[in-house]
Amino acid sequence: MKDTLTTAQPVIEAKGLQLVFQTRDGPVHALKDVNLTINRGDFVSFIGPSGCGKTTFLRAIAALEHPTGGSLTVNGLTPDEARRKRAYGYVFQAAGLYPWRTIAGNIKLPLEIMGFAKDEQEARVARVLDLVELSGFANKFPWQLSGGMQQRASIARALAFDAEILLMDEPFGALDEIVRDRLNEELLKLWARTGKTIGFVTHSIPEAVYLSTRIVVMSPRPGRITDVIDSPLPRERPLDIRDSKDFIEIAHRVREGLRAGHADE
Amino acid sequence: MSDRAIPVLTVVAGIVALWYAASVWMNATWVFDQAERAGTVVTWAEVVPQTMAQDRPLLPPPHQVAAQLWQGITGQAVTSKRSLVYHGFVTFRGTMLGFGLGIVLGVSLAMAIVRFRVMELSVMPWAIISQTIPIVALAPMILTLSNQLGIDSREVPKAIISAYLSFFPVLVSMVTGLRSPDRIQIDLLATYGASPGQVFWKLRLPASMPYFFASLKVAVAAALIGTIVGELPTGAIEGLGARMLIGSQFGEPLIMWAALFAAAILAGLLILAVGLVERMARARMGVAP
Repeated sequence: MKDTLTTAQPVIEAKGLQLVFQTRDGPVHALKDVNLTINRGDFVSFIGPSGCGKTTFLRAIAALEHPTGGSLTVNGLTPDEARRKRAYGYVFQAAGLYPWRTIAGNIKLPLEIMGFAKDEQEARVARVLDLVELSGFANKFPWQLSGGMQQRASIARALAFDAEILLMDEPFGALDEIVRDRLNEELLKLWARTGKTIGFVTHSIPEAVYLSTRIVVMSPRPGRITDVIDSPLPRERPLDIRDSKDFIEIAHRVREGLRAGHADE
Repeated sequence: MSDRAIPVLTVVAGIVALWYAASVWMNATWVFDQAERAGTVVTWAEVVPQTMAQDRPLLPPPHQVAAQLWQGITGQAVTSKRSLVYHGFVTFRGTMLGFGLGIVLGVSLAMAIVRFRVMELSVMPWAIISQTIPIVALAPMILTLSNQLGIDSREVPKAIISAYLSFFPVLVSMVTGLRSPDRIQIDLLATYGASPGQVFWKLRLPASMPYFFASLKVAVAAALIGTIVGELPTGAIEGLGARMLIGSQFGEPLIMWAALFAAAILAGLLILAVGLVERMARARMGVAP
């Protein structure tokens, strides 16, 4: 891991990215002239008010939306090609577990589709369940788990096929503050252990500052990047780092960035 | 259990009481006619017992129907042409055939409609129109047509009529069920690069199962009605529908009513069986109790 920190390798590169939705009320500029490079091992948060295009940008990286201009590459490939090479795992706002499958069955879903062998599937399920601390729950059905545990299971599902990139779209948005704190802490540990590159959409300033090595501040109409902040915080972060001077300063800068974006209107 | 039994039994008791009252009222006419012809005068106290035991009552009272039903079930070998068990089995066989055919037709049409938009525009209106045509008008046509085509078996046209009624609830439910997965569940498969076939087998089909089982209860009842209607047209010799027709044509209301109740019991058993299958499937699919 150490050497990749010194020599930054770009994983995701957006240059002059445009994305226009054609709606009945005319074109909507979801993304306008977005330039951003995400390096291997980065934890990048996207923050901004609704309609700023943060989710759209994440979906464009995952080839769930298709840009109308500019260029976007993932590992030097187009998003569609990168998807075929299993470049990323995606975690949605809701866990989206299939209710008729057990937790283990849900985690096997991508493995079945990608054609892993049966015993390989079992081994991977056991490994990722251990990683998100859900080992005893393999044979439970989703309704038997709390919301926080369901979201952890969905993270395990995204990790199961060893994608280098983890894309997370407000994964903890629907959870209460206490559960969210715990999951944030666990996510950082997971990131340290696996060395994944993470793209993380949120609308919580403390969450963005606590988790990220870089914070991308965005603003709406048209969706664009207004500020990119490199965090000076160390990679290892106990929860009480949120009371440190550095933390409060970054949070302040993010808030200013969000306000500036609004003042443009 | 008694919490559920009491309201049900109350309603049943109410229906039986109303039925007895109606029997007395409707069958009394015959008693009075007889008395007038004989030139005698009867009092109500004499009329009531006579309304309870006529050979050809306008409305047979419950105990007469029950006795006839019991006689029809246990009075002879189950293979006898007079046995309601025999006729019930004929109707059951026809129902299962039509039910199976209806499921296959309903599910495959729903799959095609969900897969191809042009199918929705072309097939769905006709499926709806098909259900607005009274089946009693259509049944004789189907019988004649299959005769013309040289199909000797009575089972085939019966199954077609039965399937004609039972495919529709399956079709409507399956279209809804196959479309029930939400955005996130669909996008998730897209991120794995799943093929359309995988989306169907891994997501759409299992997601549609609760809708499917809910539709089966309606479909099995419709299949039974279709089969009985298929047995009604002239010449039918087997099945509960034929029994009803014979009872009505030969002025034997007891036979008709016994066949009617045999059909009701068969319907109850079929719905119970479908409910059992549904429960088993739900348990296997981990539905919350």
